[in-house]
Amino acid sequence: MTQVKGTAAVAGQEKLAEGVYSMWIDTEPVAAQAKAGQFVSLYSGDGARLLPRPISICETDKEKGRIRLVYRVAGAGTEEFSRYQEGDTVDILGPLGNGFPLEGMAGKKAFLIGGGIGIPPMLQLAKELDCENQAVLGYRDGELFLKEEFESYASVHVATEDGSAGTKGNVIDAIRENGLKADVIFACGPTPMLRAIKAYALERGIPCYLSLEEKMACGIGACLACVCQSKEVDPHSNVHNKRICKDGPVFKAEEVEL
Amino acid sequence: MNTKVTLAGVELKNPVMTASGTFGSGAEYGQMVDLNKLGAVVTKGVANVPWPGNPTPRIAETYGGMINAIGLQNPGIDVFVKRDIPFLKQYDTKIIVNVCGKTTEDYIEVVERLADEPVDMLEINISCPNVKEGGIAFGQDPKAVEAITREVKKYAKQPVIMKLSPNVTDIAVMAKAAEAGGADVLSLINTLTGMKIDIHRKTFAVANRTGGLSGPAIKPVAVRMVYQTAQAVKLPIIGMGGIMNADDAMEFILAGATAVSVGTANFHNPYATQEIGAGIEEYMKRYQVEDINCLIGAVK
Repeated sequence: MTQVKGTAAVAGQEKLAEGVYSMWIDTEPVAAQAKAGQFVSLYSGDGARLLPRPISICETDKEKGRIRLVYRVAGAGTEEFSRYQEGDTVDILGPLGNGFPLEGMAGKKAFLIGGGIGIPPMLQLAKELDCENQAVLGYRDGELFLKEEFESYASVHVATEDGSAGTKGNVIDAIRENGLKADVIFACGPTPMLRAIKAYALERGIPCYLSLEEKMACGIGACLACVCQSKEVDPHSNVHNKRICKDGPVFKAEEVEL
Repeated sequence: MNTKVTLAGVELKNPVMTASGTFGSGAEYGQMVDLNKLGAVVTKGVANVPWPGNPTPRIAETYGGMINAIGLQNPGIDVFVKRDIPFLKQYDTKIIVNVCGKTTEDYIEVVERLADEPVDMLEINISCPNVKEGGIAFGQDPKAVEAITREVKKYAKQPVIMKLSPNVTDIAVMAKAAEAGGADVLSLINTLTGMKIDIHRKTFAVANRTGGLSGPAIKPVAVRMVYQTAQAVKLPIIGMGGIMNADDAMEFILAGATAVSVGTANFHNPYATQEIGAGIEEYMKRYQVEDINCLIGAVK
C-alpha cells in the first residue's frame, strides 16, 4: 500500500446533525486502496494550523474514485472543513492505518458497534462484511445520523443517552434490552464505551476488534504521539506502546489496555 | 553548483537533515521521501535501555506551532543497532544518531555501543524539556554542559554534536561551554518549553502539562540564537526551529548555520525535507551562487 499526499476536490457536503457533517472527496488513489476502518489525514488551508486532522473513512465509492468522511466539528480545523463546498480543494494523505479484518468472518453473527462520531467507519464495514450484521449505534440524543443508511446493510439497534430514541442508555444496554448475540464484535467510539465492550467480549469469549483514537501529528508512525498501551511488549516500540496511526487504529481487544 | 557542506570532516551532499524525533529512523517517511536526497537523517533519540515515554495526549496544536511531550520513547540501543542502522545504511545519506540519557553513564553507554557502528555523527540531546531526569537538566547549566561534553568526547569515536536548549538566559554561554568541553558541532534550537490549556476540558492539553513548542512560531527566536551562537563560537552550527520551506532554511544559513534540520514541517508536509533541498538549489540559481558555503553566515 502506498500513501500519497495530494490535493483533492470536494464533491459535496451536507450537514447531518448538529455539528456533524458529511463530505465526499474525489481522491482516486485513496478510494482505490481504502479498506473499512482506515482513515485519512486532512490538512487545513490555514498555514497557522500545521497538523493534519485524522478522520475515519465512512464510505468508499471505488467506481467514482470518491471517499466519504463523516466528522464532528471539534475545533477550528474541522470547522474550516465544514465550510467546504463542491469544487473546493483539500490536501489529503491516505489511506492510513490497518482497517478492520474481513477474512474468515463470512457467515458470522457480528456486532458493529458505533458510539457518536465512532459510528461513521462502521458503515463501510457493514457494506464490506459478509456477516449477519447487527449494527448497535449509540447517540447522545434523537439526531440519529447515518441510521437509515445502516438499515440497507444491517439490522439496526439504537441507544440514546437522553432516551429520545431506542434504548435509553448506552450500546451495551441496547444489546441487553434487545437480547442480541454475536460471534464477533467490531467497535469504534469513546474510550469508556470501548472499555465496556472489551469487558463484555472477554467475559463471553467473543473475538473483538476495537478502533482507537488519539491526538496525532504525523499520521504515519514516525512521531510516536498517538500511542496506546499494549498488553505485551510491542515488537516495534520495544515497550508497552503501540502506534494507533500505524499499528492500528484497529486492535484486537485483548492486545490493548484501555 | 556546489551544495556540499562539511561538518567536522563529515561531508553532506546538501545541508538538509531531519530534526530528531520528528522522523523516527526514516522508515516511515522513507515511503514518501527519497532518503538519498537528504544530507543526513538524524534519528529519534535513543537511550541505553527502552523508554516508554509520557502518557497521552502527547501533543497539541498551537497557533503556528505545536507542543509535544513524547518523553523520548525509544526502543533502546540494542533494537536500534539491530534494526535501524541497517535500514539507514541502505541509503546514500549520512546517519546521525541522537543520544539521550538520564545520567552521564547512560549517555556514555550508548556512545560506546555506537563506537564500532557505521554511524557518521552523534548528536547528544541535553535539551529535551519533557523528561524529569537527564535531557534539559544537563543543558541549562554551563558547567554541566561542559562536563557532559567532555565525558562524551572521551568515549566517542564519531564527531560529537551537542544539541542546545533555547530555555536559557544566554545561548552564547552554553555554546561556549560546549566548545570548551570539546564539542565538534552545535545544533540548535531544541523546543521552547510551553503550555496549552484546554478550556473546554479545563485541563492541560498535553498530559505532561508542559511540552516543547516547535514550528514556525519559534523561528525568529531560533534564527536569533543561531546568529548569536555563530558570533560566539568557531564551531559549525546545525540550525533548526520552525523551518517550513527553503526560504526559512536560507535564513538560518545566512545567520550562520552550516546545515539545517527540518522537524515539525514533516507533519504539515511529508515531502518537506526533499522540497527544501530542491528549493535551496533554486535559491542559489536565482542569486547565481556557485557554492552554498559562500552563504553560511553571510549576514554579519
